Amino acid sequence: MCLAVPAKILEIKGDKGIVDFGGIRREVSLSLIDNIKVGDYVLIHVGFAIQKLERKEAEEILKLWREVSEAINT
Amino acid sequence: MNMEFPKNFALYRDRKLAEKVAEKIKKIADREHFKFMHVCGTHEDTISRFGLRSILPENVKVIAGPGCPVCVTPPEVISAAIELSKLDNVILTTYGDMAHVPSPRGSLVQARAKGGDVHIVYSIMDAVKLANKRKDKQIVHFAIGFETTAPSTAATLLNNPPENFSVLTYHLLIPPAIDFLLSLGEVKLDGFILPGHVSTIIGSNAYKYISEKWHIPQVVTGFEPLDVLVGIYMLLKQIREGRTEVENEYVRAVRPEGNVKAKEMMKRVFDVVDARWRGIGTIPCSGFKLKKEFENFDASKKFEITFEEFKQDLHPGCKCGEILRGLAQPEDCPLFAKVCTPLHPIGPCMVSREGTCAIIYKYSRSKNK
Repeated sequence: MCLAVPAKILEIKGDKGIVDFGGIRREVSLSLIDNIKVGDYVLIHVGFAIQKLERKEAEEILKLWREVSEAINT
Repeated sequence: MNMEFPKNFALYRDRKLAEKVAEKIKKIADREHFKFMHVCGTHEDTISRFGLRSILPENVKVIAGPGCPVCVTPPEVISAAIELSKLDNVILTTYGDMAHVPSPRGSLVQARAKGGDVHIVYSIMDAVKLANKRKDKQIVHFAIGFETTAPSTAATLLNNPPENFSVLTYHLLIPPAIDFLLSLGEVKLDGFILPGHVSTIIGSNAYKYISEKWHIPQVVTGFEPLDVLVGIYMLLKQIREGRTEVENEYVRAVRPEGNVKAKEMMKRVFDVVDARWRGIGTIPCSGFKLKKEFENFDASKKFEITFEEFKQDLHPGCKCGEILRGLAQPEDCPLFAKVCTPLHPIGPCMVSREGTCAIIYKYSRSKNK
């Protein structure tokens, strides 16, 4: 039930938007989030964007994992 | 590091990296026994689908808690939905997961087979669209789910839905359930893997009081295999360092304060009330009820539905209650995989990709044969 899927914002029309789930397009509600623009990645749950995905944070945690795994080898 | 976002999600499934983190877990897990609970069906799906338990050391156990909203929706609410679907002028819309959950009055799909008007929808927005299209009918949306789903119900009611639209709501709240499980003290737990998407809405700060009250480590965790392994590593690290805090592994989607706009909408629409959880009982301050000003949209009032009282939440012999409280595993249930299967579920945990029994049936059963 709490599954949420990342999607890219293609169009914004008021509080609705068209998103791309890796090939599948669908209209979603953007009423739960502010400051969103075309090209942003958001998490979609039951047709509503519930949060903007943060590129910087995503990359930082991956970097941290790499460091963790490299530390084992040294 | 050249990473295209979010194509780099593939890295979250990198097998070699996962094995290395598992190795790191083995090194830090220096006690005889650790037991962690997750409270999200999607976490159980990741853990079972990717076989994560098989790469964890023997002394690190991860068990499932009450993380499946369709499993814990009480039978009297399902039977109310069934009653509504039988009314001549009503079309009942429901999320697909909920449609198959058994109650003493059957399930919604069984009600549909007997003539009830039940439509499965992906979103509450589809139910509103149907209400705009079918002015000759009353559309009742069965709005269940945890804090992840409740904002969509709130936003819809705040957006002036049509008069022929109403909701049968039963939204439940995760932090009070964790607090309640700890107060029962039935199972000794060393930490919680917190649900990523509930936390997207409520924020990691929402669990702080639990760590302070029960001195237990908690980590908000994402849903890719590496997210879960790193979440477990972070819990073990807290234990090693003698800390009992709320940490956030799922930083790409969860902020400490959560989604403030969604939280405000929920506050405008719902009051917090004590609520019944199927197989568990009444948990203080763990549910949402529509505020008085939204009563026009409350289907139970609009159609004067009474909630039938059932003597038992579950079929005799069904262990869903113990499974939801972390006291039993699906294999401990005498009905599991014998009379209770995904095609013929006896207990609610055998329904949907979120139910612990359904997930174990799908991914783990063969190795036990």
